[in-house]
Amino acid sequence: MLGKLSWEAIPFDQPIPLFAAAIVGAVILAVLIWVALKGWIPYLWREWITSVDHKRIGIMYTLLAMVMLLRGFTDAIMMRSQQALAYRSGGYLPPEHYDQIFSAHGTLMIFFVAMPFMIGLMNFVMPLQLGIRDVAFPTLNSVSLWLTATGALLVNISLVVGEFARTGWLPYPPLSELTYSPGVGVDYYLWALQISGVGTLLTGVNFVTTVLKLHAPGMTYMRMPMFCWTTLASNLLIVAAFPILTATLAMLLLDRYLGFHFFTNAAGGNVMMFMNLIWAWGHPEVYILILPAFGIFSEVISTFSGKPLFGYRSMVMATMAICMLAFTVWLHHFFTMGAGPDVNAIFGIASMVIAVPTGVKVFNWLFTMYGGRVVYATPILWSLGFMVTFVIGGMTGVLLAVPPADFVLHNSLFLVAHFHNVIIGGVLFGGFAGYSYWFPKAFGFRLHEGLGKAAFWCWVIGFYLAFMPLYALGLMGMTRRMQHYDVPAWHPWLLVAGVGALVILAGIVLQIAQLAVSIRRREALRDVIGDPWNGRSLEWATPSPPPAFNFPILPRVEGAEAYWGIKQRAIAQARLGEEPSYAPIEIPRNSATGFICAFFATFMGFALIWHIWWLVALAAVGAYATFVVFAWRDRVDEIIPAETVARIDRANRDARLRALAGAQAAS
Amino acid sequence: MSTFAGDAERDDPNRMGHRDAGWSSGAAIHAEGGTEAKLIVVGFGFWVFLLSDIVMFSAFFATYAVLVGETAGGPSGRDLFDLNNTAVQTACLLLSSFTCGLASIGARRRSGVWFYGAMAATFVLGGAFLLLEAREFAGMVARDAGPTRSAFLSAFFTLVGCHGLHVTAGLLWLLTMMAQVFAKGYRDDILRRILCFSLFWHTLDIIWVALFSVVYLMGVAA
Repeated sequence: MLGKLSWEAIPFDQPIPLFAAAIVGAVILAVLIWVALKGWIPYLWREWITSVDHKRIGIMYTLLAMVMLLRGFTDAIMMRSQQALAYRSGGYLPPEHYDQIFSAHGTLMIFFVAMPFMIGLMNFVMPLQLGIRDVAFPTLNSVSLWLTATGALLVNISLVVGEFARTGWLPYPPLSELTYSPGVGVDYYLWALQISGVGTLLTGVNFVTTVLKLHAPGMTYMRMPMFCWTTLASNLLIVAAFPILTATLAMLLLDRYLGFHFFTNAAGGNVMMFMNLIWAWGHPEVYILILPAFGIFSEVISTFSGKPLFGYRSMVMATMAICMLAFTVWLHHFFTMGAGPDVNAIFGIASMVIAVPTGVKVFNWLFTMYGGRVVYATPILWSLGFMVTFVIGGMTGVLLAVPPADFVLHNSLFLVAHFHNVIIGGVLFGGFAGYSYWFPKAFGFRLHEGLGKAAFWCWVIGFYLAFMPLYALGLMGMTRRMQHYDVPAWHPWLLVAGVGALVILAGIVLQIAQLAVSIRRREALRDVIGDPWNGRSLEWATPSPPPAFNFPILPRVEGAEAYWGIKQRAIAQARLGEEPSYAPIEIPRNSATGFICAFFATFMGFALIWHIWWLVALAAVGAYATFVVFAWRDRVDEIIPAETVARIDRANRDARLRALAGAQAAS
Repeated sequence: MSTFAGDAERDDPNRMGHRDAGWSSGAAIHAEGGTEAKLIVVGFGFWVFLLSDIVMFSAFFATYAVLVGETAGGPSGRDLFDLNNTAVQTACLLLSSFTCGLASIGARRRSGVWFYGAMAATFVLGGAFLLLEAREFAGMVARDAGPTRSAFLSAFFTLVGCHGLHVTAGLLWLLTMMAQVFAKGYRDDILRRILCFSLFWHTLDIIWVALFSVVYLMGVAA
């Protein structure tokens, strides 16, 4: 009846996961009860859960990323403390538990923090920057969100029911095959990623179509803000790379469930084929993550320097060059496979070539700041921290791209330091820059500056304390994923790294405090004009927060930096453009399709993990029925009457007129 | 389209914004980049999805190419494939693409006879294809040449079976579309879905042509 599931699946003998899960469960229950008592469930259902508005979906993606960041960071601090303590002792985490922690840490941080953080920001910002009302397929967008949430939920269920994978964030066979990992841990990993991977692929399809097919009139490709270009590049990579992940994980699933021989040691299976396939997805994946962050930095640096982005065209070329080159370097993840010096040399050189367009970008950002009046607000602090940190990470990356050096450093903590250097210093700092930059647009008030800056400094200092020692340890020969060790020389470095994790913890606490303080003082931090940073792209033409329809009439774009042009014209003529004639606007109706579909997907994933076959069939029928019901709807659009549009736009125009008058009086 | 679109297109045929990509705004430019018709957007988006599907197939193709020689002492393609069976399968699938095209024309003309008739023919041909494939698979399993026998057979069953699963999903979609037209008529959104369905069905043909060549023809020749 319940397949492999029994009471033995709950780890009553392991206090740490049970205790953690009890706390998480209690917090979730408390939040749900509080929400229910306040009577907010209908509101949440109507305005958020069933919303197909790209702004709401973007906010929910970002929220998911931040909650999962807390979970992933808990894993991180457990690993750091274990390694700080485990000198000539077993530490406090037994090996089988420690292995699950580093696997869960990597899986969560890449798939359920970095990905939803970037996709959330793209969702929120890209349609506003293009001057359109929504993405190409709004309901599909909601499906993507909830399927991603399903994946995150499955990974977290594994904390209490069964176990998680002990195979690292990429389940290398033969360790991940049934022979060596007979438990459900790898199955949790595989189904969580298959389900959320479908969500990510649909996001890719959706965003590529949006950027290529939907623009405000006059928004030609070479007038798009840089962030839209990097969104395009990143989503092209999703469309081209994620199917490879799906195929690869499907093969591992067939090996595990039906006894196929793709990656087994027996009957002709080929283990190295897994490395090739997974990295043919995995290397583009790092650019899927970093390219949107590059776009965010471009927007932030240009805005806070008060100048157009330097070398816009070269930036576009560099972005698209990285998009192409991303597919030509995957073998550098396993130089030690022994493909031979000629093959390794080609991939080594290709890897170093990527440093060229990336270097172009760094110089462009520097030249954008050169001669500008740089306002040192929180978003640009993250950008500056990024530039310094990322260049160091890039240089150690070039070092690892030299095959002979890689033979020495492969699988060592040097590698761990390198990829944290680029992912924290690049993707996460980019996410935080975007979060503080677009927060006022999303919620109508700014974040507290002082706490934001304090959080930034804790993160930067904590990062260097936590990861620079790992470079040294890697050069001293310490391999990754060690549960204990007995080399005296390593111990002090690991203590320093542990202190670094604590400093990052302080940064996270400050960020939570910043959010709480900003919400309490929101009236003082209110953004009444909708353009708090003197922005240059179209999202700043809308009120904060923007109305459901974004723009009363689609803006007519007459040059690069669309909103800057409109603003300068208004200042020069001391008046706004003519008031448009307002018409009713059709926006897509809310739909529970995404949520219900993910509800069934959660049961399906869980049932597949535990071999509960009747539930698999039932959930599949449920998901299909959900789509049929969706396809059968007769009314797909909601009409916003012209008066409502006029009222909202007139309020926005009044705010901007007052700001214009203020600027005239000041000058 | 603005009346100035002709000028803009002459100066900027690829609509890349060359005429005014610099920072001097204000020049009267009318290079339209406006939103496209919904049919175009849906069709384009579905093509992007199909491309991703083709990428997934290419991963299975690459795997098959790596593992084709790994028979582990078991049978190879030469011992197993029956080209006559595959030829009939190919005929069924290619013909079904033709009838699927007829169904699209029937839907556009709002002709019930043509639409339902051609869709039914497509279903029968697609079903026949699947039956032949199922018979082939069952025969192989009965000869101890199932997917667990060797890496080659794992790759074969996965690659061909993945295409078969796509055809199965296509048939389910086909029936859903017939039911939808029956219940709702030739609404714009339903016509867009019929467009997507026919794109999907033709893509399965393209993949089958590659399968037929790489798996069966090369398998028998080797």
